[in-house]
Amino acid sequence: MTLALETIGLKKTFGGLTATNDVHLRLEKGARHALIGPNGAGKTTLINLLTGVLAPSAGQIRLDGVEIGGMGVEARVRRGLGRTFQINQLFPDLTPIETVALAVSERSGRGGDWWRRVGTRGAVLDEVVDVLERFGLTERMREPTRTLPYGKQRLLEIAVALATKPRVLLLDEPAAGVPEGERHEILEAVEALPKDVTVVLIEHDMDMVFRFAERITVLVAGAVLTEGTVAEISDDPRVRAVYLGEG
Amino acid sequence: MLTILFDGISTGMLLFVLAVGLSVTLGLMNFVNLAHGAFAMLGGYVTVIAMQRFGVPFLATLPLAFLIAAVVGVILERTLYVRLYGRPHLDQVLFSIGLVFMAIAAASWAMGSSPQNIRLPEELKGRFDVFGVGIGRYRLFLTVVCGVLAVALQLVLSETRFGSRLRAAVDDARVARGLGIDVQTVFALTFAVGSGLAGLGGALGAEILGLDPGFPVKYMIFFLIVVTVGGSSSIVGPFLAALMLGIADVGGKYFVPEIGSFVIYALMIAVLIVRPNGLFARPGR
Amino acid sequence: MTMPLLPTSRADAVASAKAFLGAQSRVRPLEIAFWLLAFAALFVGRSHHLLLAEITILALFAVSLDLILGYAGIVSLGHAAFFGLGAYAAGILAQSGHGDPLSGLVVAAGVAAVAGFVSSFLVLRGADLTRLMITLGVASLLYEAANKMDWLTGGADGLQGILIGPLLGRFDFDLYGTTAFAYALGVLFVVMLALRVVVHSPFGHALRAIRDNRLRARAVGIPVERRLVAVYTLSAAIAGLAGALSCQTTAFVSLDVLDFHRSAEVLLVLVIGGSGRLYGAIVGAVVFRFAQDVLSAMTPQYWQFWVGLGLVILVLIGRDRLDDLGRAIVARILPARRSPEGTP
Repeated sequence: MTLALETIGLKKTFGGLTATNDVHLRLEKGARHALIGPNGAGKTTLINLLTGVLAPSAGQIRLDGVEIGGMGVEARVRRGLGRTFQINQLFPDLTPIETVALAVSERSGRGGDWWRRVGTRGAVLDEVVDVLERFGLTERMREPTRTLPYGKQRLLEIAVALATKPRVLLLDEPAAGVPEGERHEILEAVEALPKDVTVVLIEHDMDMVFRFAERITVLVAGAVLTEGTVAEISDDPRVRAVYLGEG
Repeated sequence: MLTILFDGISTGMLLFVLAVGLSVTLGLMNFVNLAHGAFAMLGGYVTVIAMQRFGVPFLATLPLAFLIAAVVGVILERTLYVRLYGRPHLDQVLFSIGLVFMAIAAASWAMGSSPQNIRLPEELKGRFDVFGVGIGRYRLFLTVVCGVLAVALQLVLSETRFGSRLRAAVDDARVARGLGIDVQTVFALTFAVGSGLAGLGGALGAEILGLDPGFPVKYMIFFLIVVTVGGSSSIVGPFLAALMLGIADVGGKYFVPEIGSFVIYALMIAVLIVRPNGLFARPGR
Repeated sequence: MTMPLLPTSRADAVASAKAFLGAQSRVRPLEIAFWLLAFAALFVGRSHHLLLAEITILALFAVSLDLILGYAGIVSLGHAAFFGLGAYAAGILAQSGHGDPLSGLVVAAGVAAVAGFVSSFLVLRGADLTRLMITLGVASLLYEAANKMDWLTGGADGLQGILIGPLLGRFDFDLYGTTAFAYALGVLFVVMLALRVVVHSPFGHALRAIRDNRLRARAVGIPVERRLVAVYTLSAAIAGLAGALSCQTTAFVSLDVLDFHRSAEVLLVLVIGGSGRLYGAIVGAVVFRFAQDVLSAMTPQYWQFWVGLGLVILVLIGRDRLDDLGRAIVARILPARRSPEGTP
């Protein structure tokens, strides 16, 4: 069976500094995988490599068996690699409807249409509403994104990413900055993601990681320290040392 | 042939003095100041007025041109420019275009719209031959003055405490603030010196670049070329860019007058396509 | 703002979303009133028609800039390049005996579009400053070229001997400028009709997304470069139309059409009227031209000073705040009739 996402010997150096060192990842279709590591472990660099923001110095990235390491950001999105951002990257002046409609239009090859209004294609509109409903965003879907509460904006982050119909979805600290009382909303939304989507969760919050993930990869100093099931990782003395040593 | 090279070098040096202030405003404050040429024009008119109305000798007007442009610069910086740091570039562009319009109208109101002539002192007129190369006295004077200024600037930047503060502020204003550097004062002082140098350049350049109310617009693109092609991370880049520009401009106008400034614009576009951050910018960070 | 009603079912939600998007692009009464008024002006006040034609052309030029500045977020200091190209294309065509206005219009738009397409690749890269320089550089390049190629352009003297044929083979351009005004207004009307579709289309939304957040736009799958090339080309074509109109209605083209002050002026017009909403360009053109008339009547030679001062004050007060003020005024004149849910 082909893997949903695979990296082979992925490496990135900045000048003399190695930010990502020989990273091998193997994710099966539908996997729930977490990527953890202390600050400066190179999680952000790895995401940037996977999504095409940075070009790898060496190694390969395969999405469903196809090498994507040389493709641009948009091309990877079109091939089914979605992502969310640690810091909200939304369109402040657009409403959730318009934001999600953008993603749906692009995905269905209608993004270049200039001769018809947004929303005149029923199929697109149906899909937009489906996505918004899934994340409980219909209530405020007609208001500019900047006026939404922060927690809703975090949900919209995931909603837009899902609207691109990704095969692999990278969630970069989806609950970052969300107050304690609202975190469960995010976690529930993440847990309810479609089963056939492979999800990679990058997170600091260990409760969330342990509740959500099936397998965990621990990244330290740009390299994979270890990889295993939740139980294996939580018992691993080296992982504890890394985290206790840090905190 | 060598005469043209020499003329080009002196024009380039002059352009450097005119534009170096702009390079600092851009690099330090990330401010797109299209009105830089207005300070140069101010310096030029200061010299004209001082000479024609008050009979001040040419050389004595030069410090005056520097001072007045610097004072006007610092006043505008403290009252207006400071409000626009960190605003979108579009706002800065609009604001400085507004200043340019005002400067042009004010200059033609006060001085008339015809080009001004500066009567150079006798000892700076004419040419002499060195090994068959014709050298204009005034050109030589320009080269020496601007060369000295360039060296002095480089020394100030690399050797003095102010220089190191300035460089720290250019690299990262927040960190510099954290280190206890009064970034505001550094900004103001730098802006003043930059405007002053532009004023001095305007006074020096009135003879070879001409001086009329259209000056700020006519040479705006030249200043911008110096800065963008040279990059704004040091003054060496703008210096080299200014030299190249001066030589290309003088040479181009001499050898292929039928295409004029065309070459320069085309070259600039080519450079910016290949190196969007300028020819001499530090690669990466 | 009233709180939107809670959509209770999925069908409600779809209907509500559809209604919301529909309301975004609905034709507003003010718009209809504006066009009625504009076309009515054709039948009165003949002595002002030349001025009105000029304003209409300026508005069209500003609309073209709005596409790239207001929608796609590209600051250009050299938009006159395309205006000038359109003007020269139409002028040279007419000079060589092909004086039919409409075909001249098409050719001019085509020439400007080609230039826009080619130069669009130059403005894709780099930061704001690099873009400013490139747009300024391209315009200066064309200015220099037009200046030096006097066998084609007439150089500094301008293009002589432009003979424009009657519009549609019937309407001669008259001294009062009534035909000119009708012609320009007709073109502006058609362009606005087309553009209001474009800006509310997926393509138009993608542009706003690119302007607001390029990083996310890419992550949504928007091919940023392709969209920008397309809009830059479109914008250039429309600027070319404006240039051609200017040439045909005055039967004259000079280097002035490529000059920096023209690029700065159109930027100013757009900013006065407000960018990113199409009609702002028209409002700006009207305000600018009237201000120019009043100011130059007061101080004939130095009216530029007041324009500059206005610009400085405008920026210092803040474009956003003026925007809010404008909206507030419009809201007062027209009590909110666009309910957020839009469904009965």
